[in-house]
Amino acid sequence: MANMEYNVPTERWPAHPETATQEGQNKFVGFWIFLAGETALFASLFATYLALKDSVPSDDHLLAADLFHLPLAFVMTMLLLTSSLTSVYAVYHMRNNNFQKMQLWLGITVLLGASFLALEIYEFVEYTGLGHTFRSSAFGSAFYFLIGTHGFHVIVGLIWATLLILRNAKRGLSVYTAAKVNTFALYWHFIDVVWVFIFTIVYLLGVL
Amino acid sequence: MKNHWMKAKWIGLLTVLMVFLSGCGKNHLSTLRPAGEVGREQFYLMILSIIIMLFVVVVVTILFAVAVTRNRRSKRGENFQPKDVATNHTLEVIWTSIPIVLLIILAVPTVYLVFKQADTSASVTDDGEVNPEETVINVRAYQYWWEFEYPSEGVVTAQDLVVPTDERVYFNLLGVDVKHSFWVPAAGGKMDTNIDGINSFYLIFDEDSAAETDRIFYGKCAELCGPSHALMDFKVTALAEEDYDQWLADMQAIEEPAEASSEDAQAGQEIFNNSCMGCHATTATGAGAMGPNLTNFADRELIAGYLEHNEENLQEWIRDPESLKPGNKMTGTYDLSDEEIELVSAYLMELSVEEGSGDVEALQESREASGDDESGEGSADEETQDDEDEEEGN
Amino acid sequence: MAQTSARKQGVGSVIWEYLTTVDHKKIAILYLIAGGFFFVLGGIEAMLIRIQLAVPNNDFLSAGLFNEMITMHGTTMIFLAAMPLLFAFMNATVPLQIGARDLAFPFLNSLGVWLFIFGGIFLNLSWFMGGAPDAGWTSYASLSIASPGHGIDFYALGLQISGAGTLITGINFATTIITMRAPGMTYMRMPLMTWTTLVASVLIVFAFPPLTIGIFLLIFDRMFGSNFFIVEAGGNTIIWEHLFWIFGHPEVYILILPAFGIFSEIFATFARKRLFGYSAMVFATVLIGFFGFMVWAHHMFTVGLGPTANAIFAVATMAIAVPTGIKIFNWIATIWGGSIEFTTPMLYALAFIPSFTMGGVTGIMQAAAPADYQYHDSYFIVAHFHYVIVGGVVFALLAGLHYYWPIMFNTMLNETLGKITFWFFFIGFHMTFLIQHFLGLWGMPRRVFTYLDGQGYNAANMISTIGAFLMAIAVIVLVVNIIITLVKNERVGMDPWGDGRTLEWSIPLPVPYYNFAQIPLVRGLDAYWVEKKEGNGKMMPSESLGDFHMPNNSILPVVMSLGLFIAAFGAMYFPDGKEWAIDAVSGLDTKPWALPVLMIGLAITFVSMGIRSWKDDLGYYVTKEEVERDLEELERGGK
Repeated sequence: MANMEYNVPTERWPAHPETATQEGQNKFVGFWIFLAGETALFASLFATYLALKDSVPSDDHLLAADLFHLPLAFVMTMLLLTSSLTSVYAVYHMRNNNFQKMQLWLGITVLLGASFLALEIYEFVEYTGLGHTFRSSAFGSAFYFLIGTHGFHVIVGLIWATLLILRNAKRGLSVYTAAKVNTFALYWHFIDVVWVFIFTIVYLLGVL
Repeated sequence: MKNHWMKAKWIGLLTVLMVFLSGCGKNHLSTLRPAGEVGREQFYLMILSIIIMLFVVVVVTILFAVAVTRNRRSKRGENFQPKDVATNHTLEVIWTSIPIVLLIILAVPTVYLVFKQADTSASVTDDGEVNPEETVINVRAYQYWWEFEYPSEGVVTAQDLVVPTDERVYFNLLGVDVKHSFWVPAAGGKMDTNIDGINSFYLIFDEDSAAETDRIFYGKCAELCGPSHALMDFKVTALAEEDYDQWLADMQAIEEPAEASSEDAQAGQEIFNNSCMGCHATTATGAGAMGPNLTNFADRELIAGYLEHNEENLQEWIRDPESLKPGNKMTGTYDLSDEEIELVSAYLMELSVEEGSGDVEALQESREASGDDESGEGSADEETQDDEDEEEGN
Repeated sequence: MAQTSARKQGVGSVIWEYLTTVDHKKIAILYLIAGGFFFVLGGIEAMLIRIQLAVPNNDFLSAGLFNEMITMHGTTMIFLAAMPLLFAFMNATVPLQIGARDLAFPFLNSLGVWLFIFGGIFLNLSWFMGGAPDAGWTSYASLSIASPGHGIDFYALGLQISGAGTLITGINFATTIITMRAPGMTYMRMPLMTWTTLVASVLIVFAFPPLTIGIFLLIFDRMFGSNFFIVEAGGNTIIWEHLFWIFGHPEVYILILPAFGIFSEIFATFARKRLFGYSAMVFATVLIGFFGFMVWAHHMFTVGLGPTANAIFAVATMAIAVPTGIKIFNWIATIWGGSIEFTTPMLYALAFIPSFTMGGVTGIMQAAAPADYQYHDSYFIVAHFHYVIVGGVVFALLAGLHYYWPIMFNTMLNETLGKITFWFFFIGFHMTFLIQHFLGLWGMPRRVFTYLDGQGYNAANMISTIGAFLMAIAVIVLVVNIIITLVKNERVGMDPWGDGRTLEWSIPLPVPYYNFAQIPLVRGLDAYWVEKKEGNGKMMPSESLGDFHMPNNSILPVVMSLGLFIAAFGAMYFPDGKEWAIDAVSGLDTKPWALPVLMIGLAITFVSMGIRSWKDDLGYYVTKEEVERDLEELERGGK
């Protein structure tokens, strides 16, 4: 471990600033391992959901096919996919040491994520109005737990990104912050991938 | 010559093992004294695995003992420099392949028996109903007692399970409040009574083994189900087929609750009808009741599943069930004075089913009849579903 | 020098130092103290269980209290004793074995230990707050939903908190071993202890999330009115069994693999011979870890999953015997032709081979599913898993305690007392558990608070109880040994066993807080041994002497864990008296403060996380001059 210099001047800005330090490398590897654990977490959630899908106490409860609107889920998917793309731009500019653009794209990512979240809340409110709640049936519990856990991850991601933008505003870009931004981007992609599975398994298979 | 000697040694080992394993434990409750085909198959599988595993343990122990005694530093000397050996491919191959062979020897009968013992297809007819030609018993497990229903005959009893010998007895198992597990060690392995759905399996009780144990086997709950899990025992009475049919017919014959004879018992019946009837039936019907069916209470082996069957214990039980079976659902559901308890227990001690009172021929005929048109009985699943609904209604 | 100044500190500042430390060596001591405390607690619970079962129809413990006792014994021993004690040895040795100055995430290491400690305290507070959990350590859903009061809530929330700590620690060790190895320390030169830690960490990463989800389902059902396990509302209790055992079976390997690692080190050291079949051992370790995820349903043979599932899981379970057998034979081959010194750690290691083999073969017997219909939930199972867990893991913990004590405390435990402990423990262990196999075969179910006279169980149970007392004596002797050793405090020099092979023995004792003045260059398997045989007995440095970077201490891990600890109380009392609550708690008085407490607790944790993210934590530099001073002092001390 040689001397650590976090504020690297522009002319020596590395191609991969996020892993330029030992801490950066640790973060990178460690976060991938964390995502492996998250995969196991969501796998268990999906299994639970599939086991309890449409499992309701009586006939007057709504089932997946009655509830889900593909158009809404599709719009949500598009929003999240796009936000994943914008976070790639943020990382791209981070690697090019372009602080302003990195901040901008991070901001756009947050906006897209927030609109996804707004639609999800709208969806939940609508279902609740129809009598499909966390406490109405095992199906309801499983549905809200799966989608809710994903939604909770989105909220954490949004707060995380917002904090990053704010703290970076004062401190600018360094290899120390680069690792943080990159880790956030990894996380955001992961959330996006999970949503793709939710869209397929919950919504698409739900209405079929 | 040598070959014979080897054979003799093996047989000797086997005999010693069998004697050692079966020499202990009680006839009516040890897995090592199997009382029927299912238990026996499982016992043979145990013996096979024990022989293989003893072989492994012996080999490991000998190698280990030799290694330890030959290589002590006190023997080798302080300055001995052991030679570093990275590995030896021949050895690695040997101790990888021999276990694989041993495991295959064990895996083949395992897989065969798994499928064989899971075959309960004969207990239902082609259209999914209980097959009246086979012995099928619906078991419902409660905290902390057992209900046994004979769906083809419409008979319900509790705590004392009665089965015919020398034929497959099929069980449909369901847990009502929490998960329990139905285990008659002498007859074979256990199966869980899930609350989510019905499990089915079969056991066989040999006539010979039954005769050896006065026709009584012990049954136990094997899944932790609350404070009194340890006391959730039941008895299995294994009867020869004609006696079994007679018992069923006798039970069927009780259409009205028996009238008490003594004065005390008559007073007790009055109290019983007011305070106990809500949960306990005294005719052999009404599966899924809140409390154990008491139709043949006086004929039972035990009070509360584990106490000696006498009036003193019965009164003690009614007075304070919580002290005898902590966590039971009977505590606090009635309010009886000591005097009333004495009267009720006098009544209960009269609840006996007269042997030979039922019409066996009618029972057998009705079985054959429903075997022909198969419309008399609902399917096992449907019935249980109904019972559950009833339960909720209560 | 930091060490000398630390010695002069007052009690308050020592406590503060341990609350805020991110140093893996101090965190190892925290794990050892807390894990040791819970080990003794779980042991006392075990003794009470055995006293109750000594004679038939005993009323020493009531039925309900007995169930609380077995639940807490199992839960404490697995989650709060065995795993933390293994983490203690991992923390103490792994960074030293791979030539690193600390773990990859020192802050998270501290967070892991504090989450475990607060989770463990929360779980055990149940004894004083209305009763402990009583549905067994497996806490099967129908019973855990029916169990009245808050006992199960303590179980669910306590394990959730400490489980989060375990997950974090698993990620941390996996990352450390991947990224922080010294130059020359290739994967195939890593000591077995490091390898098994790596595989166990990966198992943690994949096994704990299913448990997290399972416990969340339980928490939501019990505290927030959901219906995952409520059959009338469409729920299904078998989901819990699957999730629990998808975690539960790998958990067994999470425990036993590091134990294998400790033994592998001990065998090589005290036989003065390199580990036989190193590559086979590594391969077997990985294979066991991999198979560990494909056999969980062998705990569920009697659940009624159907013959196909039972057959597949039976055969898969048998397959695990092969890599385990490879290990056993390789250990025997290691001592074969060696020069065995009978130190206390080596005695445990030697005793482990036959003991663990017996536990292993009964495992294979249970893999034969139809036979398992008989064994399942009987005392045979109790005997089996104690043979593997005690004969494997606890032997390894006791061996590791004696073996690594000098690295952790710079003194050595008394060998005579150590051997007395060993013999009492070894004899007591076999006496307690061997006979239980037969109890199971004679039809005695497990988890029974008593048994009736006249069923033939009396003598065997009495023997078992006497054996348990021998083990208790062993632990008491051990505690005396530890106290005597700490009071005497006789310092030992570097490589105190004289035959150290791996990097951790190449460091001066006490280990400097930065571990290595210069990161060593590794030239082969058993790096230190290589230098002893082929070099001058000193590790060659891989870098020139210079400044290096160390992480800052932080109090935030304690605050974050405390926040979750507080939140857990809020969550637990939230459903009391609510109309949607389950029967177990709906009759209690409502607690209007519950929700605010939950919110405040979570806020403490999340704000701490925010602070952690906001503040730059760049660490500090250890200067070349300081390191040189330390080296000079060491030189003088050596003369």
